[in-house]
Amino acid sequence: MQVGIGLPNTVPARGRGALLEWARRAEAAGFSTLAVLDRLRYDSVDPFITLAAAAAVTERIGLATMIAIGPLRSPGVLAKQAQSLHEVSGGRFTLGLGIGARHDDYAAAGVDPSTRGAALSTQLAHLRGGGLSSVDILVGGSSGTALARMARYANGYAHGGGPPRAFASAATQARAAWYDHGRPGSPVLWGQGYLALSEPERGQDYLRDYYAFTGPFADKIAAGALTSARAIKDYVRGYAEAGCDELILFPTTLDLADLDRLAEAL
Amino acid sequence: MDVSILGAGPAGLYLAILLRKAGHTVAVHERNAPDATFGWGVVFSEETLGALHDADPPTHLEITDSFARWSRIDIRYRGEVVRSSGHSFTAIARRHLLAILRARATELGADLRFGSELEEPPQADLRVAADGANSKTRQRHFRARVSPQGCKYVWFGTDLVLDAFTFAFRETEYGLFQAHAYPFDERTSTWIVECAQGVWERAGLDTATEEESIAFCERLFAEDLGGARLRSNRSLWLDFPLVRTPSWHKRNLVLLGDAAHTAHFSIGSGTKLAMEDSIALAASLATEPTLDAALTDYELRRQPVVERFQQAAAESAGYFSRTAHYTSYEPIQFAVNLLTRSGRVTHANLAQRDPRLIRRIDSWFAGRAIAAPPVFAPFGELPNRLVAEVSTPDEVAARVADGYGLVLAGPVEVDSASPADWRGAVALKADTRLGLRLTHRGARAGAPCVAASPIPYGPFAPVPTEVSDLDAVLRAFAEHAADAAEAGFDLLELDMADGHLLAGFRSPLTNQRTDEWGDRHKFPLAVLDAVRAAFPRTLAVRLAVTDWAPGGTSVADGIAFAKELRAHGTDLVHVRAGHTLPDFRPDYQRGYLTTLSDRVRNEAGIPTLVGGYLTTLDEVNTVVAAGRADLCVLAEAP
Repeated sequence: MQVGIGLPNTVPARGRGALLEWARRAEAAGFSTLAVLDRLRYDSVDPFITLAAAAAVTERIGLATMIAIGPLRSPGVLAKQAQSLHEVSGGRFTLGLGIGARHDDYAAAGVDPSTRGAALSTQLAHLRGGGLSSVDILVGGSSGTALARMARYANGYAHGGGPPRAFASAATQARAAWYDHGRPGSPVLWGQGYLALSEPERGQDYLRDYYAFTGPFADKIAAGALTSARAIKDYVRGYAEAGCDELILFPTTLDLADLDRLAEAL
Repeated sequence: MDVSILGAGPAGLYLAILLRKAGHTVAVHERNAPDATFGWGVVFSEETLGALHDADPPTHLEITDSFARWSRIDIRYRGEVVRSSGHSFTAIARRHLLAILRARATELGADLRFGSELEEPPQADLRVAADGANSKTRQRHFRARVSPQGCKYVWFGTDLVLDAFTFAFRETEYGLFQAHAYPFDERTSTWIVECAQGVWERAGLDTATEEESIAFCERLFAEDLGGARLRSNRSLWLDFPLVRTPSWHKRNLVLLGDAAHTAHFSIGSGTKLAMEDSIALAASLATEPTLDAALTDYELRRQPVVERFQQAAAESAGYFSRTAHYTSYEPIQFAVNLLTRSGRVTHANLAQRDPRLIRRIDSWFAGRAIAAPPVFAPFGELPNRLVAEVSTPDEVAARVADGYGLVLAGPVEVDSASPADWRGAVALKADTRLGLRLTHRGARAGAPCVAASPIPYGPFAPVPTEVSDLDAVLRAFAEHAADAAEAGFDLLELDMADGHLLAGFRSPLTNQRTDEWGDRHKFPLAVLDAVRAAFPRTLAVRLAVTDWAPGGTSVADGIAFAKELRAHGTDLVHVRAGHTLPDFRPDYQRGYLTTLSDRVRNEAGIPTLVGGYLTTLDEVNTVVAAGRADLCVLAEAP
């Protein structure tokens, strides 16, 4: 299993300096991938623009959306953005896609949220039908339909985070979906988690704010943040045992010390 | 902290005990009088007992002093009793359990207020709703899904003292009745009677009085009761309410036990889950720095456990609603099917707990005394129950060497390939039998393609031409079937699944024809007849039992169609589902096709082959021994 790290593109008060320095340090520390989140209405930097900037200041590290909310963009625009990012980064991009959970993002994009699942399928069919042939695609989501979509169109599965046992159960279902679609081998499995090492309370406040739209679940997500080296070790071991191929740990503050402490803990 | 608890059932009282020990102020509000309890005995597992011991030794001691313990399950069916040993059960009278908990809570200084009619817990630092499956608090403040699960049931007691957990089945002119019964003290047992809604109505129980219901059930189970009486305690026929609540807390208000979640009584875990909730909540309150963090932690710890039990309970409730379809089973297989119903007990677990029973099922299954596990029993001409699917002739030799009973090769597309391509593979087969799948990919063939109606297989897929020369397609299937027979294949599988041509004809999603072939069964059955006439050996149909999509074919449609397949000479159904169009709605739980296979096999009366990502021999042993399928595709786990 490889371990990647998130860029703080949705953490408020970040700026050019914070994002670029984070990208450089992540590459220097040997992480496999830099990943970003996607939200339209939250105070954040666009995922593709963030990764393009990161591509310019790094050479080796992989770049991924984990995930981008596909239907907010038209199939053609999404394919162009992904293909462009893949090209300017020298072939380092992995496109993770999902439908997201926020209706206000859809309202802001002028897209009907009630058909977002079908819209994502259309988008994936376009990308796979020649719109984007060279980029690996991951699909997220926990419903059977989402897993079927993943198995039909994607190279792998992007899990939404949670304790290792939740990942293991989703991984079994992703493999079953893959098998059900007659795909050889297994899907590539990506997992994720949140870090809040140096300033745990501040990080958890951010998570409660970022996930406020989920109501009572925001507290649970905040409680799941990894706040110690010990918690990171357990989490990483649990994910590796469950068959995760790439684990992305996202920051919840701009504190670069978290990046260093994560690198030490591994 | 000041805590108010609504409901003096096991969850509420046990939490009161644990929170008093932690020094909190606790008031428990209960609508009923202290001794107005309902229900008879409740069951616990060894694991729960351990947790009760750690949480409060004095109550554990009192509870275990008055426990009934036993290790056997009796299955009384068709005049036989199949006895399985090596299990571990304990039960206690609910009334007695509550008395112990009340006394302990009072001793520790909890304020118990009976006859207190409240809609929700009164103001306090922490408000706990333990007011049961019909929780008013939940209805007021939480989003929950509540739906009836399983059959009609009624909860009686009896003076008969059982020495085993007993399942008794009785056929009547109205349909099948079943009892779930277990002892809970030295004088009394619980006796729950259950039947399907239609059976219940035909028997007139929907209009019967309580006395009439008791009299009916006593007559019905007279032999099993051995002269003992059934006793009522507000024993009314009920629907079991399945309660699922996405979130269990809101600010300082939290749900506990049945108020938050229920698990069908047939896995006997409701009280256990409720008291474990109390332990978890008390522990979270002790370790977390804030109330908010504690309630979140409680929910995070308990929800995955509860979901697992609810999944098992759903399987169990589903089994008990289908029992009428298993009445042709021999008692031993009937018993194994029952014991493995929830997915928590498998062939391998039983082999450890009860080797004698497993020897019995294995030798019954094999039809001889010296027997390997069921997976290695022959099936017709197949040497065992394992099936491998291969797509190239090169893979055949390896699968033969692996010892599969059947290697299913292909697919061969009737419009582009020939069974003769596989002739070399036929020579390799040894004991293994070799099958061939014949298909026409229809709308999934790539451009240009033909299908029942011009409906593309998903976005950007080519729009198929409506197939007009159906005779030519039918002849192509028949000729390929004859070629396969000539090439020496032992089995032929006709593809009516996965959105391919014949599946497309069968589904309303993809067949919108207005000619005679708009009769969606007609063309698939015409092809089947032609293939049946051309292929003399075993003929299988790979069938999308249901489209798993709105507006598509249902499971009932699939079972009805499987009966037609049988009438048209099909020997085996290879169970598939979904894929008629890409965005279908599957549920990829472990063994996700097994229940469909069970239903086709036992409701349509035709042998089945099932895949569904079964990756272990234990799964296959369990599936075939329980009669849920005859053959299994074994998948390779990563």
